[in-house]
Amino acid sequence: MIMKSKIWIVTQREFATRVKKKSFIIMTLLMPFLMSALMFLPLLLSLIESSDKKTVAVVDQTGLYQAEFKSNDKYLFVPTEKMTPQMRSDSTDVAAVLLITADLSEKPGSAALYSQEEIPSDLSDLVNSTLTDVVQRQKFAKYNIPELDAIIDDVQTPVEVEKIRWTDEGERQSMSDFLSGVGMLLTFVIYMFVMAYGAMVLQSVSEEKSNRIVELMVSSVKPFQLMMGKIIGIGLVGVFQVLIWAVIIASVMAIGGTMTGVAMFGSGDMTAMQGADMDAGMKIFAIISQLPLLEIISLFVLYFVGGYLLYASILAALGASVNDQQDTGQMMMPVMIVMVFAFYVGFYSSMNPDGPMAFWCSFVPFTSPIVMMVRIPFGVPLYQEIISVALLYATAIALTYLGSRIYRIGILMYGKKPSFKEIFKWLKF
Amino acid sequence: MNQILEARGVVKRFATHTALDGVSISVQPGRVFGLLGPNGAGKTTLIRIINRITMPDEGVVMLGDREMTDADVARIGYLPEERGLYKKMKVGEQAVYLARLKGLDSRTATKRLRQWFDKFDINPWWNKKLEELSKGMQQKVQFVITVLHEPEFLIFDEPFSGFDPVNAELLKKEILELRDKGHTIIFSTHNMSSVEEVCDDIALIDHSRVALSGTVEEVRSRYRSGLYDVVVSDSATLPVMTDKYEICSQQKRGGNLCYVLRKTYDGTNADFIRLLSESADIRTFAEQVPSMNDIFLRVVGNND
Repeated sequence: MIMKSKIWIVTQREFATRVKKKSFIIMTLLMPFLMSALMFLPLLLSLIESSDKKTVAVVDQTGLYQAEFKSNDKYLFVPTEKMTPQMRSDSTDVAAVLLITADLSEKPGSAALYSQEEIPSDLSDLVNSTLTDVVQRQKFAKYNIPELDAIIDDVQTPVEVEKIRWTDEGERQSMSDFLSGVGMLLTFVIYMFVMAYGAMVLQSVSEEKSNRIVELMVSSVKPFQLMMGKIIGIGLVGVFQVLIWAVIIASVMAIGGTMTGVAMFGSGDMTAMQGADMDAGMKIFAIISQLPLLEIISLFVLYFVGGYLLYASILAALGASVNDQQDTGQMMMPVMIVMVFAFYVGFYSSMNPDGPMAFWCSFVPFTSPIVMMVRIPFGVPLYQEIISVALLYATAIALTYLGSRIYRIGILMYGKKPSFKEIFKWLKF
Repeated sequence: MNQILEARGVVKRFATHTALDGVSISVQPGRVFGLLGPNGAGKTTLIRIINRITMPDEGVVMLGDREMTDADVARIGYLPEERGLYKKMKVGEQAVYLARLKGLDSRTATKRLRQWFDKFDINPWWNKKLEELSKGMQQKVQFVITVLHEPEFLIFDEPFSGFDPVNAELLKKEILELRDKGHTIIFSTHNMSSVEEVCDDIALIDHSRVALSGTVEEVRSRYRSGLYDVVVSDSATLPVMTDKYEICSQQKRGGNLCYVLRKTYDGTNADFIRLLSESADIRTFAEQVPSMNDIFLRVVGNND
């Protein structure tokens, strides 16, 4: 009882001092906006760019092709008599010149694009496909087939296979893109969380050690209690922050949703688009409702907690072993490498969720919280989930125990920086 | 309440050396116990064992007639040699937090802290962060934190190191006051002058062993050299009596003769005075009692 309540007192302090910090409050409130800014900024920038149309002069000496170039929202195609020298100068508003010198169905190499700058690939792609199309039609025409247009129309039948997955409840639509999106998002949250808050544990432990407060602390609480209180307290700060973000994002989305709803309602000419949007929205909802939500959420929580516990106890032990905070970076390296490796495996697993790499890494406790989260939306047999979670927790508990042994000795060791070999020796004391 | 705190045959080995090799001490209730010794003798290790920060490889720490347990650490107040508190935490909050870890509830801790702050007249510090205070102020705070939970046992590891003279004096006064209130105090130091002023009992640890222990008086008398400073008027010189004393030195100063004598027979000081006064007119008679510093140097020096 005394032991538990002491952990609780430490936990309270670790939580309260962090949550009360101005930097925490500001970061927590600003982060969702920063994140959405990061997401929307490229989109906005690309919108701005597209309003700035570039002029492409089409010098068609054959007269066969210039009518085929339709201006779009990026490029303005202007039929021009001939290429003039001032098109080469800086003062011109012509961004590029397309010169066609001969009938391309006979001499396919007689078209060229000129520009002072590197020619953007989307422009050359557009030109290529347009010209290819025309040449194709030219050539077809030479065969003198009656009702050619009708035949071509008839031939062009795009086929899209339906992706269907067999499940216990029957058949349902496959949705791997969406699933890998969900998996990656969950993985990313776990990865970021473990990184950020694990580092905070490390930093806080080494701070207590270099402050020398730790000797006073361990005369009142057991090192294990101090370590656990710290890990739990900092973990709760993280959970608290994630919850606040979830609330902010949800309310922003709700507000945004109502606002766009109202806007669409007001403008009648957008009914068509609205219908399309509604369709897409309905589809996503349908997919989400098909996901095993309960399974995903409960496993997310399990992996989240287990992964954090595992890495935080390693990092706490490392933090206790270093003498000054400058050395922490060096100590953190191996742990970081493992984490980054796990993240990459997770990333590639989203493309091949049942590959051998994804399979085995979803059992190894150091990578499983990250990799398994990617696989879960695709459906993982229950026995695999149980084995993976059990392994993770067994390892996490073992590492917490080992970590606390290193911690116990390390926090009172001053002097030279211990080697990893010495740290292993401490385990035996 | 008021139990004897005893370490019995404590052995602590580290990878490369033995820090404590069969150390036994006995701290009597309501007294100040000085733990002396050169740096690296094992004082801090012993203190950590008493605080249950580390465990001994052999031996036990007893409280009265039973072994000490984890729950007993709440009865100890500890001022470590390496001082340190949370720099960014407010003073009041910090003190209450540390007192809660010693088993006090927040309300009692706050109330007592108010009393101490009143006593030291430091109330404006309550809501300051520790890093805003000067070193001397931080030391006062640290002392208050040590005694806040009113522990029976107080352990000060090198309390005077790092304290400025004013605070050191204050600390000395507080230590004696606490003793008079019935607290048992252990303090480790190599500042020998403070030992004579403050300690009732001592144990001198050298090379991982107890080299010397007992009450301060007892120890000092054990190290009596039998030397006396005697001043007599120069009207008569002391006769040579080698069966009673030797004259180590003789000096004429003003109208007096100053002697350093070594007593060579077994007799009380009263006896000795009577003997001397038979042959001369005694102005001053003083036994050269060795200071703790002399004893320290002698004991520690011998072992080297």
